[in-house]
Amino acid sequence: MSNNKQDSWQLAGETYNSRLIVGTGKYKDFPETAAAIEASGAEIVTVAVRRVNISNPNEPMLMDFVDPKKYTYLPNTAGCFTADDAIRTLRLAREAGGWDLVKLEVLGDQKTLYPNMEETLPAAQTLIKEGFKVMVYCSDDPIAAKRLEDMGCVAIMPLGAPIGSGLGIQNPVQIRLIIEQANVPVLVDAGVGTASDAAVAMELGCDGVLMNTAIADAKNPVLMAGAMRRAVMAGRDAYLAGRMPKKRYADPSSPLSGLI
Amino acid sequence: MITITINGDTKTLKQPESLATLLISLEIDPKRVAVEHNLEIAPKSTYDVVEIKNGDRLEIVHFIGGGNTK
Repeated sequence: MSNNKQDSWQLAGETYNSRLIVGTGKYKDFPETAAAIEASGAEIVTVAVRRVNISNPNEPMLMDFVDPKKYTYLPNTAGCFTADDAIRTLRLAREAGGWDLVKLEVLGDQKTLYPNMEETLPAAQTLIKEGFKVMVYCSDDPIAAKRLEDMGCVAIMPLGAPIGSGLGIQNPVQIRLIIEQANVPVLVDAGVGTASDAAVAMELGCDGVLMNTAIADAKNPVLMAGAMRRAVMAGRDAYLAGRMPKKRYADPSSPLSGLI
Repeated sequence: MITITINGDTKTLKQPESLATLLISLEIDPKRVAVEHNLEIAPKSTYDVVEIKNGDRLEIVHFIGGGNTK
């Protein structure tokens, strides 16, 4: 039995209470980003690594609004299509921030943004060898997921639907297979569109959910961030509570004896 | 005159100079960025001694908001 306050989880040796990881992209401005993150209750936020604008190096920066001392920054490799680019990006991220915990994501093509496992596997291997703690965005293939775990990835993060699609969890069977075999945290990364999708992911037994667009592209991102926080908690509690079995016919919940 | 490439753009300098000097002239706060010098990470502790020479390629990056894609 557990309530949300005690229901913490471990990631690469650290303890976290929130099971929601949020991205920091696509918001209207930095104050909105900060307000949405606050409302989400997230303790870990993903960030991208990009070139400094040399012609205006002193424009406002994310760090001015989202304090890296308060939130765990999780540098990602969003937009990388080769192992080499992803590795270079994360080496720079480690130098810029000093953090070893990273999110590896190597994409296959522009249209689907589907993970390219052929590039992801060697990239993970190299990064782990260099001392990175790798959370890995991956396909929902349980065999590939197992290989990534055996290699030493600290979290397995299969997609629930294409990035930014908001289609919800399209592959509950595969996600469930990955969860059942895993000895490291499994997080659904990508595909959540609204609060019920996050709850579905958590009811499958995921350790957490990572999302960006579902919050940032909502009409009211701050309100949606709060909804996601509660949905993740509700889904987690429902998973722990153990759902009733599904039945093909009705089963009255009032006693039949004593009817007039 | 020497020519270098910073973040994909070419730039000319009067003469070779240290990475630290270059960052100051670009008004970039070294604490907030990371630098790749000819495909190798330049650790912050080496900025004073890394010399930027003709033909060098630099990537100067920082963190921005990002989720899965952008």
